[in-house]
Amino acid sequence: MNPRSPITESRAVRFVLITGAIFVLTLFLLLPLFAVFAEALRRGWEVFFAALEDDAAQSAIRLTLLAAGISVPLNTVFGISAAWLITKFRFKGRALLLSLIDLPFAVSPVIAGLVWVLLFGAKGWFGPWLAERDIEIIFALPGIILATVFVTFPFVARELIPLMDSQGNDQEEAAVTLGASGWNIFWRVTLPNIKWGLLYGILLCNARAMGEFGAVSVVSGHIRGETNTLPLHVEVLYNEYQFSAAFACATLLALLALVTLGLKGLIERWSGHSSTGN
Amino acid sequence: MACKKRVIPGFSLSLGVTVIYLGLIIMIPLAALFLKAAGVGPAEWWEILTTRRVLQAAKLTFGASAAAAMVSVVLGLLVTWVLVRYEFPGKRLLDGMVDLPFALPTAVAGITLTQIYAPNGWIGIHLEKLGIQAAYNSLGVFIALTFIGFPFVVRTVQPVMEDLGKDIEEAAATLGADRWTVFWRVILPMLTPALVTGFALAFARAIGEYGSVIFISGNLPMKTEILPLLIVSQLEQFKYGAASVIAAAMLTVSFLLLLLINLLQRRMDWQHR
Repeated sequence: MNPRSPITESRAVRFVLITGAIFVLTLFLLLPLFAVFAEALRRGWEVFFAALEDDAAQSAIRLTLLAAGISVPLNTVFGISAAWLITKFRFKGRALLLSLIDLPFAVSPVIAGLVWVLLFGAKGWFGPWLAERDIEIIFALPGIILATVFVTFPFVARELIPLMDSQGNDQEEAAVTLGASGWNIFWRVTLPNIKWGLLYGILLCNARAMGEFGAVSVVSGHIRGETNTLPLHVEVLYNEYQFSAAFACATLLALLALVTLGLKGLIERWSGHSSTGN
Repeated sequence: MACKKRVIPGFSLSLGVTVIYLGLIIMIPLAALFLKAAGVGPAEWWEILTTRRVLQAAKLTFGASAAAAMVSVVLGLLVTWVLVRYEFPGKRLLDGMVDLPFALPTAVAGITLTQIYAPNGWIGIHLEKLGIQAAYNSLGVFIALTFIGFPFVVRTVQPVMEDLGKDIEEAAATLGADRWTVFWRVILPMLTPALVTGFALAFARAIGEYGSVIFISGNLPMKTEILPLLIVSQLEQFKYGAASVIAAAMLTVSFLLLLLINLLQRRMDWQHR
């Protein structure tokens, strides 16, 4: 950077700006991340592992995996279907459909839980009907899944729609003229083209599904060892002043976030996909 | 377009799956919420929404969200500028880390920020000496919402800043403008739509935010209680009607914001072409 180009800043200004940005990012991102692990290990590895091996923690981990394991595939199928519909066809109401898919992003997680309580809670619309038949939705696994599905609804569709839009339909149309069936076109032509975007969407969907707190907290009932997901288990421990145990369980969720970010970076590099905020 | 025969198969199937799933998971539940709220009746809406507790919570929620979104815009602009325009060691890592608040579960963010800003925490202890109480105070709510909000600004402004042509800046420099003038008169106006969109996204997210706030806020009724928490506490008392009315009012504000964001984004796309 010999004699200063007229469209950049002086060394001093650059230094101040870079230092400022690094300070902001350290304060806001690195410090909290570091704090999770520091707090978790404050009372040593023994306490750390004891917290993770605890029965309630184990059951919370299982429930979190189960809820994500059901919600993510559901939203993946929907996401592919919605993206196919929106990008391959022009029809009335297409723009409206596009906005409706985004709707859950504007809904507070608490409200995403509340709607299910209004439908299936003890005093909800279908509450008495369900109670007569001994079907539990709220304060049980189905409610947790419904809340998770609501919150993570747009993630896969949001990644696929712009991607498939930019790729156009030429290849699919060529396949049709060659006599390929619909499923054949999807598996052999479309899927190979969208695999990175699809993976990216599933990754973000999964991170949110496993980490969801507000929506799940409303429908779970916080029954220890039964309806506590990992984030809820962290909350319960924290509110019981078991800080080290709470942070020990929180490290698992922080690791989930780090792995997600790492994979996201790798996918971006492999596919040339650039990230824009969701 | 409309009369062109559909060549690619799968229209009915994808339409069916998409509309039924959207209906069951999103539309019917949201309709149930608005019906429940409507059933309460206009006289009671007013009564519920103007209780002091609700008004205080609304003031805190919207106030802290707006302040956090404003600060997010300033911090986000600084971070984006540095990430797009300068080279320095560790840049790629920091760029990737900007998404941390998106990826980190909100409950984890909540307890961690509380621990850091509590009176005996790493930062809280220094603020305490200055007589500033961060955690269990509205300042804590603001801090949590800024943490959640500023990645939205970075990720909205970043692609726009990357696309800015150098030629305009060069032209301005040739005409004798100094760097500061170029920034204020040339660059900033071109970034404004993106900054406003980033603000709106951060603001919309902050209004509904729950997990990262409820630990650091301390949840004192009338003081540090946010609207989503108020919905939860109404629900715990089985006041479904009141919970629905507050939720429906919040959703109405959020939907209007979403509409505004969509209009802004359309304008940005249009400017891009």
